[in-house]
Amino acid sequence: MPGKVKEIERKPLSLAEKTFLPQIVSGLKVTCANMLRKKVTREYPDVLPPIPPGYRGMPTLVKDPDGREKCVSCQLCEFVCPPKAIRITPGAIPEGSPNAHVEKAPQEFEIDMLRCIYCGMCQEVCPEEAIFLQNKFTLNGLSRQELVFNKERLYEAGGTLQDQHFKWKKKKEAEEHGNAQH
Amino acid sequence: MDWIQLAIEAGFGLAFIIVVMSMAGLTVVAERKFCGFIQGRLGPNRTTIPILGSIPFFGRLITRMGLFQLVADGSKFLFKEEIVPGHVNKFYYNLAPIVALIPPLVPLVVLPFGQMTLADGTIRQLIIANVDIGMLVILAFSSLGVYGTVLAGWAANSKYPFMGGIRASAQMISYELTMGLSILPVFLWANVPGSTEGLSIANIVVFQQTHWFVYLQPLTALLFLVALFAETNRAPFDMAESETDLVGGFHTEYGAFKFGIFFVSEYAHVIVGSGLFVLLFLGGSNFLPMLPNPWPIGIPGAILSTLWFIAKTSALVFFFIWIRWTLPRFRYDQVMNLGWKMLLPVAIANLVFVMVLLAKITPVAAQ
Ligand code: SF4
Ligand code: SF4
Repeated sequence: MPGKVKEIERKPLSLAEKTFLPQIVSGLKVTCANMLRKKVTREYPDVLPPIPPGYRGMPTLVKDPDGREKCVSCQLCEFVCPPKAIRITPGAIPEGSPNAHVEKAPQEFEIDMLRCIYCGMCQEVCPEEAIFLQNKFTLNGLSRQELVFNKERLYEAGGTLQDQHFKWKKKKEAEEHGNAQH
Repeated sequence: MDWIQLAIEAGFGLAFIIVVMSMAGLTVVAERKFCGFIQGRLGPNRTTIPILGSIPFFGRLITRMGLFQLVADGSKFLFKEEIVPGHVNKFYYNLAPIVALIPPLVPLVVLPFGQMTLADGTIRQLIIANVDIGMLVILAFSSLGVYGTVLAGWAANSKYPFMGGIRASAQMISYELTMGLSILPVFLWANVPGSTEGLSIANIVVFQQTHWFVYLQPLTALLFLVALFAETNRAPFDMAESETDLVGGFHTEYGAFKFGIFFVSEYAHVIVGSGLFVLLFLGGSNFLPMLPNPWPIGIPGAILSTLWFIAKTSALVFFFIWIRWTLPRFRYDQVMNLGWKMLLPVAIANLVFVMVLLAKITPVAAQ
């Protein structure tokens, strides 16, 4: 491909260039400007990085604004989870509880954070919007057992989701108004 | 010489060593700090000592300045396990750090660090030993410094340190010439014919009360500075350690406190070298060129002028650091080419030029 090669003529160095001095001075200017520039260091544990929306941190369970746990232990997340990090023991909601109409809730819900690969599939698949990957990205513990989060800790980490659906509440109200099909 | 005089001089010597050693420590921190700044980082700023660090303003200031890092580094070197590799020559291996540390400290005795104006208006240079071969002492001892490096390289009995030592000695020989030749014009200029001051550095400082050599002889100053960089084994001439091709150079096999001594000796070398440059070309403890010295009479003046000298030296040490983090290391053959094919001829030409110039402008009567 003789036509494509572009020959760059190599000029002999001038006398000033041979002494390296002009280059050294310009280099010193660059480093001096750098010294006076704003520093780029983020002092990490004191100053946390901004977390972009959609970030996939630690998976957590959330409650709805009424404080009802949203998970209905359908176990879809357990089945979809690629590394099988989730273990759910389904349970019934006892008669007489205000949420009895939801019928099911997890008795125990465990996520092994050491197995989790933060893929977000559980959040994707959940029909109840009960499980969310949130901002927390620093997890550590002194033993493997400590990093298996149980239901209580997952709710503690998840907090409340400000959603406006109230799917189960509306269903119950519709039933109470005699509309079986709602 | 009476005993009191001797005791005073010994005291001064000790104080001098303490000042230079603590400056060496501070230079290490400054080096890390400024290297950080140049690279857009903050440098060490988190190390702290529990109670001292929580003093309201100063604790935080010192922490942020990274000064506690100095303590941390120092004690780390002290308490680390001293590993002596099995294949080294034990005697010389242990000797090398000592040999490396002494040469930078000895020249201190002939450095005039300040000046005192006596009540009758005479000015005395503060110096521990005002000998008329001052410069010779410095040259002799600073070239001894390479023995520490060579000895370390050889005693370590492995190839990388060995090559580091060889390079250091070759480099030392090449640049020693330039250094000597770039000092001569200064002494030629300062010593009027018939003077008996010889190679005394104090005389150079006295001479620079009105004009500094840095602008009287800029080329000489440049040559000396380059040679100084090479002599102190600092980037861009740090051939002896060049991490990229020689692992760690001459101190590859050293660890813990012995490595710390090499480290400190390098910085002591830099400080003494900067002090020497200040004395020869930047007027020593004189205030500013073409201005009369404002130093008051007696002790306060002595202290002020000493502080001024230290300030100038620190500025030059900063320059050393600045250069190190700006320039890449020269290749070994480039260093040799630069030394023999450029600096040496230029230094000789410069010497001849100054000689001819002085012969022209010196009054004939004095000859
Ligand atoms: S979190 Fe969602 S997907 Fe998982 S069991 Fe609960 S409701 Fe089903
Ligand atoms: S984020 Fe992925 S790996 Fe982690 S629990 Fe959810 S599905 Fe499993």
